[in-house]
Amino acid sequence: MSAGDAVRISMSQELAEKIRWHGEETYPHECCGALLGRDRSREGGEERPREILELYPLVNRREDSPQNRFSVAPQDVIDADRAAEARGLDVVGWYHSHPDHPARPSEYDRTHAWPWYSYIIVSVAKGAAGEMTSWRLEDDRAGYAEERIEVRSEAKART
Amino acid sequence: MAVKVLIPPPLRPHAGGQAAAEFAAKNVEEALGQLTSEFAGLKRHLFTEEGRLRSFVNVYVNGEDIRYLAQEKTPTKDGDTINIIPSIAGGAPENGAKGSRAARVGMTDQAV
Repeated sequence: MSAGDAVRISMSQELAEKIRWHGEETYPHECCGALLGRDRSREGGEERPREILELYPLVNRREDSPQNRFSVAPQDVIDADRAAEARGLDVVGWYHSHPDHPARPSEYDRTHAWPWYSYIIVSVAKGAAGEMTSWRLEDDRAGYAEERIEVRSEAKART
Repeated sequence: MAVKVLIPPPLRPHAGGQAAAEFAAKNVEEALGQLTSEFAGLKRHLFTEEGRLRSFVNVYVNGEDIRYLAQEKTPTKDGDTINIIPSIAGGAPENGAKGSRAARVGMTDQAV
């Protein structure tokens, strides 16, 4: 994406809470899951956020180091794609938690990320979910653009 | 009839927005070769500079990982489906390590 593009992603308050709960539930291990939604940000000339409409929680397959790594099995990626397709949606990204670490992508995150997908990270400190951020890898893989998360709710907006 | 190649969402912007493409190909190597000649922008996301499939790219033929078949020489026939599946992984920094350099800006001190 070109510099200056403001990237935004939106979800309901309920989905934002679900991501936090998942991170708390698996603490001190990382949680992970797929973000199902729609990206119409480039359609119709009107700038719109990418929308997350459902979550597809997954099991962290990294049994050797689940406290600071997550891995999604290829079959889980296929299942997430099928679940999205069945609902007329796409897998627009992935979420995971950083137990006792800030919600910032690590170097390991960067080397394993794909462009285009949204990567949501929720920080879980001592078992309590805190800051949640979203990132998109730039096409040259050198760095990330932070996406602004818009939580669709009147009360208790974004963190 | 032909061999159908499914393109995952992150690669579609480099494939004219298409979710799938069809080619007459007798193995995976041929199909991916045709795919990347039609959409040159896909090449660097699928292959290393040495021309090998990237380790973060999984390729399945009719639901089977080609690593357990004949790799890129896995034969294909009309009606087969080749699924390009991105490998999804990540995680928090090692203990004591900070975040990625690209993302370090704005990070506050942390207790590890």
